[in-house]
Amino acid sequence: MLIFEHSREGRRAAAQAPLEKVGAKGLPERFRRRQRAPLPEVSEMQVVRHYTRLSQKNFSIDTQFYPLGSCTMKYNPRACNSLAMLPGFIDRHPLAPETHSQGFLACMFELQEMLKDVTGMKGVSLTPMAGAQGEFAGVAMIRAYHESRGDSSRTEILVPDAAHGTNPATAVMCGYTVKEIPTDRQGDVDMDALKAAVGPQTAGIMLTNPSTLGVFERRIKEIAKVIHDAGGLLYYDGANLNAILGKVRPGDMGFDVIHMNLHKTFSTPHGGGGPGAGAVGVSERLMPFRPIPVVAKEGERYRWLKKADLSQSIGQLSAFAGNAGVLLRAYIYMRMLGRDGMHRVADFSTLNANYLMARLREKGFDLAFPERRATHEFIVTLKRQAKEQGVTAMDFAKRLLDFGFHAPTTYFPLLVPECLLIEPTETEAKEALDGFVDAMAAIQAEAESDPEKVRGAPYTQPNRRFDEVRAARELDLRYVPGVAG
Amino acid sequence: MPFIPHTQDDIREMLATIGVPSIETLFDEIPAELRTGELRGIPDAMSEMEITRLMGDRAAQDAGALNFIGAGAYEHHIPAAVWQIATRGEFYSAYTPYQAEASQGTLQLIYEYQTMMTGLTGMDVSNASLYDGASALAEAVLMAVRVHRKSKSRRILVPTSVHPAYRATTHAIVDGQEIELVEVPFDPASGRVSLDTLKPYEGEDYTALVIQQPNFFGTLEEVDELTRWARANNVLVIAVVNPLTLALLTPPGEWGDDGVDIVCGDGQPLGAPLSSGGPYYGLMCCRQEHARQMPGRIVGRTVDADGKRGFVLTLQAREQHIRRSKATSNICTNQGLVVTASTIHMALLGPEGLERVAAASHANTQALVERVAALGVQPLFSGEHFHEVVFKLDRPAAGVLAKMAEQGVLGGYDLGQDYPDMADCLLVCATETKTGADLDAYVAALRTALA
Repeated sequence: MLIFEHSREGRRAAAQAPLEKVGAKGLPERFRRRQRAPLPEVSEMQVVRHYTRLSQKNFSIDTQFYPLGSCTMKYNPRACNSLAMLPGFIDRHPLAPETHSQGFLACMFELQEMLKDVTGMKGVSLTPMAGAQGEFAGVAMIRAYHESRGDSSRTEILVPDAAHGTNPATAVMCGYTVKEIPTDRQGDVDMDALKAAVGPQTAGIMLTNPSTLGVFERRIKEIAKVIHDAGGLLYYDGANLNAILGKVRPGDMGFDVIHMNLHKTFSTPHGGGGPGAGAVGVSERLMPFRPIPVVAKEGERYRWLKKADLSQSIGQLSAFAGNAGVLLRAYIYMRMLGRDGMHRVADFSTLNANYLMARLREKGFDLAFPERRATHEFIVTLKRQAKEQGVTAMDFAKRLLDFGFHAPTTYFPLLVPECLLIEPTETEAKEALDGFVDAMAAIQAEAESDPEKVRGAPYTQPNRRFDEVRAARELDLRYVPGVAG
Repeated sequence: MPFIPHTQDDIREMLATIGVPSIETLFDEIPAELRTGELRGIPDAMSEMEITRLMGDRAAQDAGALNFIGAGAYEHHIPAAVWQIATRGEFYSAYTPYQAEASQGTLQLIYEYQTMMTGLTGMDVSNASLYDGASALAEAVLMAVRVHRKSKSRRILVPTSVHPAYRATTHAIVDGQEIELVEVPFDPASGRVSLDTLKPYEGEDYTALVIQQPNFFGTLEEVDELTRWARANNVLVIAVVNPLTLALLTPPGEWGDDGVDIVCGDGQPLGAPLSSGGPYYGLMCCRQEHARQMPGRIVGRTVDADGKRGFVLTLQAREQHIRRSKATSNICTNQGLVVTASTIHMALLGPEGLERVAAASHANTQALVERVAALGVQPLFSGEHFHEVVFKLDRPAAGVLAKMAEQGVLGGYDLGQDYPDMADCLLVCATETKTGADLDAYVAALRTALA
């Protein structure tokens, strides 16, 4: 049932609004709404019950193993939430004077410093509100850098074909054309193709390392040299640093700019689709272009650096200073991990991924890159099952739900047919990984004995498989009273 | 090891299964010369007890002031149930609902959100949210350029009465695509855009006109005549709204003769705490015929294999993971959890509750206007305002605000930061959270500051 179907005229949660009703004095008739807004009229308990029940229809990290590749579904410590929601933090107005902001600014400054250290970059700006905005900031800085040198001939951004879809979309938003670079059979960037593609038109390259194929790009230094020699800059899509935290730093690899999805590596919640935080780190030459505001420390006082301080900044990307509450959660998480904890994240996310990969291989599953180590994630391809049993990666994914596991990422990266991108993260115990392996093996057995059963999954969820074509053709995007759903 | 469950036995067995002698071996594909040394910039770990103490101290440092600043972020009561339910693990720790069958909670909630937001704005279609109001305006501008195919100019009329941070953000995001934001001055007496200020732009090709209601100064724009002007000049209208005020104000879907084209704004007043500026969420609504040009995620209702209704992400062919360089935007992660809270908030308040909150906020600001009159302080503009107002002082606002802050009162926003000729002007907002005693405290602090 929809909340609107619980609605009865005149019912309300009376404790939640001013008890005394006042008129809008001085508001002329021509500005006034003629008909009351069509919102539900329900009691407080009805609301609580309705949304509590809805929540129970979700899979989540708190309730299930959620090995969604490229998304880093690790445990979100509860303290990160409760402490970020202390009254002093949530009641602070974004435009409060610095005299009333030193506690918050101290956290933000220290977060900048910690992110500088783990990435090896020279400076950090925390303001981008998600990975895609961090990417935008990164490419906009590359553009600003070339423009500041009067170099207007660079019109092209190179993007490996394994890249996240956001990479090419971002390059276009920044006014660039995109040239795709193929991947070789081992999952590395095809060096010959790269060398053939670079030139005076190259503004830069957007690269993920470890790549979305779940492998470390071994020739990264060579790539950096090729791009830098051509006058281009390197952008690091650090959507996920889980496998390299404390092991290797993008700054040391030669990158000029990086964005970090704090909602992945630094465990801020995914919230059913955000909010995220996509902080950016920059090398020396991009320092003047950082998005504003940035926090500075002068003596024992903290203050915002704004347009007057960073006159060449690419500007601001939100009304205030980004997703501050998310940044606080990342800060708290990093302080709880501490120096040693950073290394352990990489150690155990890599251990879990390689263990899961070894166990699935034992059970007869095909790996996309059997000769390579897994990083924080790896790819299984079900091409053979699709051909022999007519059971696809999507069928496996849906059937996994019946076994109580969220599906891995399916059909991404696009290069590997019938792929499952699997990322267990460091917070899962060995028993959970073994349970997942058992489920995959059971589904494989079903695929051989009763493929129809797998193709019809799921059976235990609130719904069976959906008619997505109908959803896109016969758009039903809001409830209209009296129209049957 | 915080948050890592492995025992020594686990580690031994796992390494044996993999067939390597140590965890370290798993990193042997990383070239040795790239390996990192010690992370000297990261302090030692803290226990939950220790970090609780630290954060408690830091939060306390910033707490306690009486806040009268609005300027795009508004202090309202948020029912206890809102964040208690939103932070249930099933909402808090779920991902974007790609596996629809295992995400019906989030998907149905977004469908309900879309219904509520279209109801408030009077539009046909809402997306599932963008990052915040400022970046939503940038996306609205990009969308207007895609939608208005007959307009070739890529020029957008943006009055200077639109929030300065929204204008700055829009610049930062759209400048790379050769879109020109043309500044339209407001009428200095009324504090709003007038047909006279628009006259110079008649008869030329502009893609869209941005109208903020109430505008940055809290002044009400004459939205009907501005919308008609735009129609007559073949210019699309992008409305920027505070959704709470729409409980009382004409929804943009009804401005002029047949409404605006795109609506955006910040959803913060509907259940998001001030929280230093975020996370909030950007709302965006449009007409049915433009749904396929909308950025961001959209949820649709459909049926499953048994004919049972349910909800899925739809129109994904617009998005970056399918369309890559031809996507409507690069956005993927949006502000899902804040939308969750906001939907619960709207359901709890209902139409009557939101009306009461909006009216009480307006009444409190009116009461403040009356009380500061005793100090000789008057509103700057003659135009009607709603729940936020500009006061004209006899001296620079910055110094006055600093003196008020010393008394624990955050007295408003210094407009001189964005409008150099308004350095003696304060933008002030008193929401429903303020009592008569709070208003007295404001007046007392202002009196002291002016003395």
